[in-house]
Amino acid sequence: MESAGLRITLRAWAVLVLVLLFAPIFVIIAYAFDPSVIQSWPIRGFTWHWFIVAWHDQAVRQAFLLSVRVGLLVAGIAMALGSAVAYGLHNFRFFGRESISFLLVLPLALPGVVTGIALNNMFGFLNVTLSVLTIVIGHTTFCIVIVYNNLIARLRRTPRSLTEASMDLGARGWQTQLYVMLPQVATALVSGALLAFALSFDEVIVTVFTAGANTTLPIWIFGEIHHGQQLPEVNAVVTIVVLLTIIPVLIAARLAGTGGVTRTARADKQ
Amino acid sequence: MTATSARPGQAGGGLWSRASGALWRRPWSRATLLLTPPLAWFLLVYVAALVVMLITAFWTVNQFTGNLERIWNLQNFTQILGNAGYRSIIFRSAEMAAGVTLVDAAIALPFAYYMARIAAPRTRTFLFVCVLLPLWASYLAKVYAWLVIFTHDGVLNWGLARIGLGPQNMIYTNSAVFVVFCYIWLPYMIIPVYAAIERIPNSLIEASQDLGGRTARTAWSVIAPLALPGIVAGSIFTFSLTLGDYVTPTLIGNSDLIGTVIASNVGVANDLPLAAAMALVPIAIMACYLIGARALGAFREI
Repeated sequence: MESAGLRITLRAWAVLVLVLLFAPIFVIIAYAFDPSVIQSWPIRGFTWHWFIVAWHDQAVRQAFLLSVRVGLLVAGIAMALGSAVAYGLHNFRFFGRESISFLLVLPLALPGVVTGIALNNMFGFLNVTLSVLTIVIGHTTFCIVIVYNNLIARLRRTPRSLTEASMDLGARGWQTQLYVMLPQVATALVSGALLAFALSFDEVIVTVFTAGANTTLPIWIFGEIHHGQQLPEVNAVVTIVVLLTIIPVLIAARLAGTGGVTRTARADKQ
Repeated sequence: MTATSARPGQAGGGLWSRASGALWRRPWSRATLLLTPPLAWFLLVYVAALVVMLITAFWTVNQFTGNLERIWNLQNFTQILGNAGYRSIIFRSAEMAAGVTLVDAAIALPFAYYMARIAAPRTRTFLFVCVLLPLWASYLAKVYAWLVIFTHDGVLNWGLARIGLGPQNMIYTNSAVFVVFCYIWLPYMIIPVYAAIERIPNSLIEASQDLGGRTARTAWSVIAPLALPGIVAGSIFTFSLTLGDYVTPTLIGNSDLIGTVIASNVGVANDLPLAAAMALVPIAIMACYLIGARALGAFREI
């Protein structure tokens, strides 16, 4: 196999990449605890002050609650639609099947600004007022594929013999689904929904075009970074958002295995 | 599985079991029932929106009244392709996207190789999670973190001062935008490349070594071609997401990219037809790219 020198070089490279991946995130978390109002490195102490400021800020609180509400709605709808399409594509073979899975990944593979302006334009064309509903519609469009990816990977790994055994033992179609298949796929479903929530909770690129006068948490952060008036508070809010996007992913990774959490490709086809 | 064989209880039972039985006997009705809602959603929301956008691109906004005029013309396209400013923006965006893709592929390949073929299984899982966390961690937080790093009194200049390279003005430059794009989309490249390398059978590498292939030769002639579909799958994301991003250039950069032109024409300038025509540019570039990628077999990875 590889020579010792090459192995050491590759290991050093891996460590370097890991440091690069995590350093910016740690920097921003460190800043959140900086007592100074002027942002400069190194930070000059430790305080929880900005978290308390953020907690009492009504604008932050409303934006946070709106983001949670949108995230939950999106996760629910995406779970229903994503699992329907996963079951459909897994169980049936028909013409155009490949194009459907291609279509599903398109909103994630095309730049968000395209989805954003297309939806904004259509809502304007149909005289639909931008509201919480339009945010949910926009987010659901690119979250369906997340649930679909998780579930179809699990369905492919579940042996067909389970269904056949259940049928042989006299279970009806719905009984097989409920008592045999559902326990097999439940964790994949939950992890898909968690990831959909995380993706929606953090989304800003499409949201800007579909939110109208509504302010989700990412829109609040985007605006505040742009204005630069209360950056210490932004540091604290951003730190909370990082945690809230990472925690669902950790849970999902435990439930579905790391392969289900990739957002891009499924790495679990071994 | 024989669908039509008589099963106990099929003859009797209530409405529920009869409906269940009827669905079971007619797979097509089940497929339709399952696939109609999600496909209707996609067609009525996403595809419809793209079609309306395509149509809007051929309309114009009256310069004086600001109203949308629904008369078919090619004015937006001649404006975009005929204007040297817009052309250079498109060129700069494509150049940036290609550069980010190349840099990310170069960083990802050795890392993915280490992950897939050298690291112990436990380390592999650990590394996988370590790639996933920055991928999912808030996009805005990552952009903002770099803003803070690049700012005049930030981490970068603090570090540069220590090694005597003096303060640099990185913030609000194209180089800064480039670095941030490379950082943000890197995990999107690592994962498919890892998946591709992991699937290479050991025997192929051993065969190459048995035939006298040195490390470099094996890497170039065996691993690289087999990792290529993974690189292409990853590049779809790195390329496309860079091509249309407007948040990073807005916060970190100082010059327009395709994304910022689209965003400003929806917001401030309120010229939706021009924005729609501009949005077709990344779609057209990506369409060419995807057709090429498909030929290279990248879609087995997605």
